[in-house]
Formats: sequence, structure tokens, C-alpha cells
Amino acid sequence: MIWNPNKECMSRDEMHALQSKRLQKLVTYVYHNVPFYRNKMQQMDIAPEDINTIDDITKLPFTTKQDLRDNYPYGLQAAPASEIVRVHASSGTTGNPTIVGYTRKDLAVWSEVMTRCLTAYGVTRDDTFSVSYGYGLFTGGLGAHYGVENLGATVVPTSTGNTEKHIRLIRDLKISGIACTPSYALYLAESLEKMGLTKDDIGLRIGAFGAEPWTENMRKEIEERLGLKGYNIYGLSEIMGPGVSYECSEQNGSHICEDHFYPEIINPDTLEQLPYGEQGELVFTTLTKEGMPLLRYRTKDLCTLMDGQCACGRTAVRMSRIVGRSDDMLIIRGINVFPSQVESVILEMPEFEPQYMLIVDRENNLDTLQVQVEVRRDFFSDDIGRMLQMKKGLADRLKSVLSIGVDVRLMEPNSIERSQGKGRHVIDKRVLK
Amino acid sequence: MTIKQLSIFLENKTGRINEVTKILGRHGISMQAFSMAETTEFGILRLIVADVDKAVEILRAENFAVMLTDVICIKCSNEAGALATILEHLAEKDVFIEYMYAFSEGNTASVVIRPTDVERCVEVLQHCQCSLLNIG
Repeated sequence: MIWNPNKECMSRDEMHALQSKRLQKLVTYVYHNVPFYRNKMQQMDIAPEDINTIDDITKLPFTTKQDLRDNYPYGLQAAPASEIVRVHASSGTTGNPTIVGYTRKDLAVWSEVMTRCLTAYGVTRDDTFSVSYGYGLFTGGLGAHYGVENLGATVVPTSTGNTEKHIRLIRDLKISGIACTPSYALYLAESLEKMGLTKDDIGLRIGAFGAEPWTENMRKEIEERLGLKGYNIYGLSEIMGPGVSYECSEQNGSHICEDHFYPEIINPDTLEQLPYGEQGELVFTTLTKEGMPLLRYRTKDLCTLMDGQCACGRTAVRMSRIVGRSDDMLIIRGINVFPSQVESVILEMPEFEPQYMLIVDRENNLDTLQVQVEVRRDFFSDDIGRMLQMKKGLADRLKSVLSIGVDVRLMEPNSIERSQGKGRHVIDKRVLK
Repeated sequence: MTIKQLSIFLENKTGRINEVTKILGRHGISMQAFSMAETTEFGILRLIVADVDKAVEILRAENFAVMLTDVICIKCSNEAGALATILEHLAEKDVFIEYMYAFSEGNTASVVIRPTDVERCVEVLQHCQCSLLNIG
């Protein structure tokens, strides 16, 4: 099923014309409303008049996560504060989160693109749909929520936590669709089995999985154990949230909502634009955003773009699965974690040496993060209570910075390997088979 | 009237205690008392040795986190109720004990006590004429 055939199945020429028109408008808008972009463009000697078609996009400056942090909180916002109706935030690497403000129109676009995703997965107004992404500053929960409402299906805002209650609701409310991280889906399957139930006791038929990397094998396992069909959903808060791209029934890449988010693939070293089919860093320009529009935002996600009409009827460009990152960001239980965030917390606390190691693993299908840290000799205590307090102090601080629970391990002095040059601080034991 | 106890921080790893004892053995340092406090992830090894300064020096050279803690070592007779009498005195005078460990041989028993307030504990024990060990 296709929610908006006018846009999703537009001819390539029409799409090119629409994107060109929207880019021109966007560049004029940010030039006059965002000093950051005006300065950059003036430095590069470009004026809005130099942008005539979407192909001129390569003349425009890039935007990075660092730019968002440097302009915290509202420096890149283009709309006046009175037009902003909501903000979301994602974690920053050194304390400053990334703040994204949305106008009423931005939220309408977000609901529209989310609805396109859900429709592609086969969700209809007759479905009851559970949104099990976290609700709050994270875009997953509310983003999916308004998409389900916009479609006209029944939304059950289960958020995360209390899995047993969730399973009871899935059974009793005849919930037929669910949006969550793939690792939570596996955890749900396990909890279901622990409760002595099987997939035949529930009626899930559609899963929208995203916010963390996953594989075909995980898809098979989730589908087998929950008795549903699992689809990929992609998004990032800087650009919008979930709904930037989505799989159709063909499941051969995810269609990008190109009329709103213009994708490019670049070589992350030379920053040159690469042709379709070549792997590189994914870059997005928000063609219609009002609150915080971004030019050529570098996602750091590595993938390929594919063109050509899809058997589903859509003409929109597809992106492959994310095959990696061009930086050291980790995705743990759907949350972005940078080793530098952990480092800055440890550096703030005199009890610990500036040596640390992050061990990422997956236990019972849930990602775990262990932080190993050395206690400074002067702070070592013969009192176990004090040592445990020290450990808890760090765990609490990390939790508030990272938004995920962390298992802190106090280590002996000099036990963590000192690496030469750029430290290797992460051991990721998660095997994505 | 206190003695210095070595407290060594150890990760819970097989063979880690053995490494400490091997190092001390190699340097001819004999242990008089030994106790291990542990949590699920780490432990604190508590030792009474003859040559405290040397033990600290060699263990630190081997990168162990070692610190010295003042403890009190009581000698009492190895008979039923002897320890109860001493602890009774301490409780009466509100001396709080963080931890203790003990061992006995023949007619005597040795009790190592780590009170919150060391001075007060010594005072109470001397008052009731306990024999306190003074080594190290």
C-alpha cells in the first residue's frame, strides 16, 4: 500500500524539479535567517541566486554534529521562537546535547512521512499499534506515535519498560503492529516464552524496527519468534526523527522521503559527492524544514544509495542498510554513545585514572555497556562501602550523561592497556550475524 | 598500640591473590594474618605482615593499589566466651567495629579489629586490661 502516490511514485523529472524548487527556497530561507549559514556561504562566495537546481547542492557547505554543538542550543534555528512548538534532543559527545526545534508544519511533515512508512509496512486504520520506543527527548516514541494517529490506526503508547504488562496488552488489546528497536523485539520474544506463551497466543503481524543496526539474521529470528513481518525504519533526530526512510514490501533497501530529505553519498575523506551505487557517508539536506533546517548534514552513517524504480511502484531513491560509521559512535539500545562522553565524565572525577575501556556486549538480546576504570591509588579505600559508593557515583553520573544504565567495573591500577596514539577504548563483542 | 594492616585492592580474577603471596614470599616477607573481603567484582585483601614498609614498597612497585590501615590486634585466651567479654566492653562504650577477623592457635587467640574510632577503642581495651599486640 502507498500512502501518498503523488510523492512516493513521482517521475524522476518531476522529483528533480520539485527538489530544485525546494532547495532554492531553503537556501534563501537559511541565508536570511541563520547567521551561521550566511557566514559560511559568504566565506565560500555563494549567494542564494547561485542555486538553481538540486544539482547545485554541491556548491553548498556541509553541516556537522560539531556545528550543532558549537551553536547550542538554538544557534541553527531558523524559525522565530514563537513558531517552535516542540523540541527534541539527542546526546552530544561532550555534554551539550543537540537541540532540534520543530514548527507546527515540521510536525505535520514528520507525521506524513511516518504515515508513509507505516502504510508501506501494511498498517491500516484497522490496526492497533504499540509504540515501544522511548517517549521523551528521544524522537523515536513521539515520532512514531503521531504517525500512527495520522494514519488513523489506534496507538498504544507503551514506551519502554514493564515487558510483562506490555505482552498482556499485546494479547488482550489484539495489538497487531509494534515499533521498537530490534534488540527489544528479541527481548520481547524471550519474555513471551518465559511467560509460557508463544507467537500463536498473540496477534502481532507487523514490526517497524530501527534506531540501531541490525541484520537479516536478526530479522529472521524476530519474525520467527514473534510471528510477524519485520521492516526497517531509519531516521535521525537532527534531520527529523524516525521516518526519513523505510522499507517497502520488496525489502530491497529503504525508500527515502526525497521530497523532504535530499540524500547524497560522499567520500568522508575528500567530501566529494559519489554516484549512486558507491558506498560512502550519507548526507541529508532538509528540503522543507522550518524549525532547524540543515544543509548537507553529515550523518556519519556509511551506506549506498540505489536509484531505479522499485517493484513496489515507488520511484524514490533507496538506501542500503547502514554498514558502519565514519566516526566512533556506538549505538547501544538505540541510544547514541560516544566514547568521548565517557571520557569527559571520568576526567571530571579525581577518583579515577584517565584510562578506561568500554565493553559493549549483548546479553539476552539486550545491549550492555560495561565501563572499566582504574581507581587512583590515593582514592583507594580499605572501606568496601566507600569503594562501592565511588563506583555508584560514576555509574550515576554516566547514566545521566548517556541516558543508559552502565555497569561500572573498578579495576586495579595499570590493568587497562595503555595504547599508543589515538586510544582504542572500545571492545564491541556484539556479533551481528 | 595499633598495628598497620596492608589493604590491597584486587579485581576478582583467578590467581590474583596468589600473585600477592608469591611476591611477598619471594622477598622473604611472612604473613601473620590474612583476610579477604569481597564483593561480586572486586575484593580487598587485608594482611598483617612483619615488615610493613618493605611490603608496601614491593607491592607498589608491582602496581598494586596498597594502603595502610590502623587496626588493633588483641591477644586473648582461646576459650569459650573470651571474645564475647571483650566485645561486650566495646559495645558498652559505643565503639563501632567496621570489620574484624580472628585466628587461634593452642591456648591463645588473636583478634584483629578495625573500629571506626581507633583511639577510643584502644582506650577501652586498655582500661579492661586486654593485651594488645604491637608489631610492625
